[in-house]
Amino acid sequence: MKMIHAEKLVYEYDKRDEEGNVIGTNRAIDGVDIDVPQGSFVAVLGHNGSGKSTLAKHMNAILVPTGGTMWVDGRDTRDPAELWNVRQTAGMVFQNPDNQIIGTVVEEDVGFGPENLGVPTDEIWKRVEDSLRSVGMLEYRKSSPNKLSGGQKQRVAIAGVIAMEPKCIVLDEPTAMLDPNGRREVIRAVEKLRKEKNVTVILITHYMEEVIDADQVFVMDDGHIVMHGTPREIFSRVDELKSYRMDVPQVTMLAEELRKRGLDLPRGILRREELVEALCRLR
Amino acid sequence: MSIALEHVNYVYSPGTAYEKHALKDVSLEIAQGQFVGIIGHTGSGKSTLIQHLNGLMKATSGKVLYDGQNIYDEGYDMKRLRSQVGLVFQYPEYQLFEEDVLRDVCFGPKNQGLSAEECEKCAREALDLVGFPEKYYRQSPFELSGGQKRRVAIAGILAMHPKVLVLDEPTAGLDPKGRDEILDQIEHLHRETGMTVILVSHSMEDIANYVERIIVMNRGEKMLDGVPKEVFSHYKELEKVGLAAPQVTYVMHDLKERGFQVSTDATTIGEAADEIMRSFHD
Repeated sequence: MKMIHAEKLVYEYDKRDEEGNVIGTNRAIDGVDIDVPQGSFVAVLGHNGSGKSTLAKHMNAILVPTGGTMWVDGRDTRDPAELWNVRQTAGMVFQNPDNQIIGTVVEEDVGFGPENLGVPTDEIWKRVEDSLRSVGMLEYRKSSPNKLSGGQKQRVAIAGVIAMEPKCIVLDEPTAMLDPNGRREVIRAVEKLRKEKNVTVILITHYMEEVIDADQVFVMDDGHIVMHGTPREIFSRVDELKSYRMDVPQVTMLAEELRKRGLDLPRGILRREELVEALCRLR
Repeated sequence: MSIALEHVNYVYSPGTAYEKHALKDVSLEIAQGQFVGIIGHTGSGKSTLIQHLNGLMKATSGKVLYDGQNIYDEGYDMKRLRSQVGLVFQYPEYQLFEEDVLRDVCFGPKNQGLSAEECEKCAREALDLVGFPEKYYRQSPFELSGGQKRRVAIAGILAMHPKVLVLDEPTAGLDPKGRDEILDQIEHLHRETGMTVILVSHSMEDIANYVERIIVMNRGEKMLDGVPKEVFSHYKELEKVGLAAPQVTYVMHDLKERGFQVSTDATTIGEAADEIMRSFHD
């Protein structure tokens, strides 16, 4: 079953001068095909301005294609009758936690989404409790969000999305503003959601270490998908990735450096343990 | 021009329910020309600390000495201090406002009272230092890419000819290449001008690659202060306060545990590779 499916997706917008006259068009997405099976974890990489956030915004119909088609759980996002179903299927989490939290108490914030969906009160409280527990924030339910750390706030934002019981969650650089601990907390919470609730996860990030566990990785450049494969396949192509302004995990880079200096190591080593094992075998 | 903090304490909202002891008895000295990294989890006091360096925040107790002189002395020239200690905040591109790049960078020197010609000279030099291409000087700063906007914002500070440049997470939100470019540029700048650079970062790998000294903040206190190798050898303590060593440092520890004859103090890819190759050749 395909959760997200795009065919020849194009998104163009008008370029305007200072007076607001149209002086041309920009093509932010240019013929993208993408397939995300239900329950999988997909990562999207790409430099600033490559089109990855524009693509993400198509996944819950914040933007709709100007060419080609985007289906979310089989629904065409251009069909106005399906808009709310699409938004309920795919929840979004953005970069800055401060822009996403509206409640003055954590549990109220998380309950805001299901309340808007018309969920009965008893059920709302059940969902609030359940989603806060799944991101490890239940003990903060009565706290004020502005007393929380960045990682904690971002987990509350994720709980707010989860409380609407989406089948799919799209995270647009959720860790960009967090410290190492906050980044770990958020990635762990997302991983747990996928395992326990079988939620489809689409993660957009600039941190290469965060995509190691993805089922597939897409790399975008200039509105196109330029690389696609498993993390191991993608991170084996160090020079190509660098040409798209990307990087590889530090462990992969160290293995690559050792290969260049003559050690017979396999390509695409992603984890510390793999590198240590491979070096032990060489001894 | 050294900067020294002597027993600095800072308390937010004293006497209210929100009272928070953000800096606790912090003493340190940064000599002219050093490249220093400051690390610490969110809320550890990093940002509070750097805002004391140019007098934006005033210590509840303790002294801040710039070039040996207490900046809290009566009649101290704060305006001069602020142009000598340039602070680049997080996401500085949000502070761009002028019609074109060159005018934006001229804003600082203009406020220092320089003539239009001198301002433009300073601005051009500063933009050159951050590697900003001249063909975009007349472009609106809002039409630039994220990395270019950030260069312009940093140039805006450099145009005032600071002796000390303090950057709060200058690479946040940039793609990997953009991150390397900005850091390389800062390193180049440090080498060219001999300016003191103080870099606040959440990336242990970046810190290890660039700085000569690391100050670790935790709960408002200075927890560690030393060269990267020394600081990252305390990786277990760093983990307890939400930080970590660079990944390659962990690889070295794992190898040692598995019986490799390697020293564990490598903090960069180059150092780790040298040490591993050495152990194979021995």
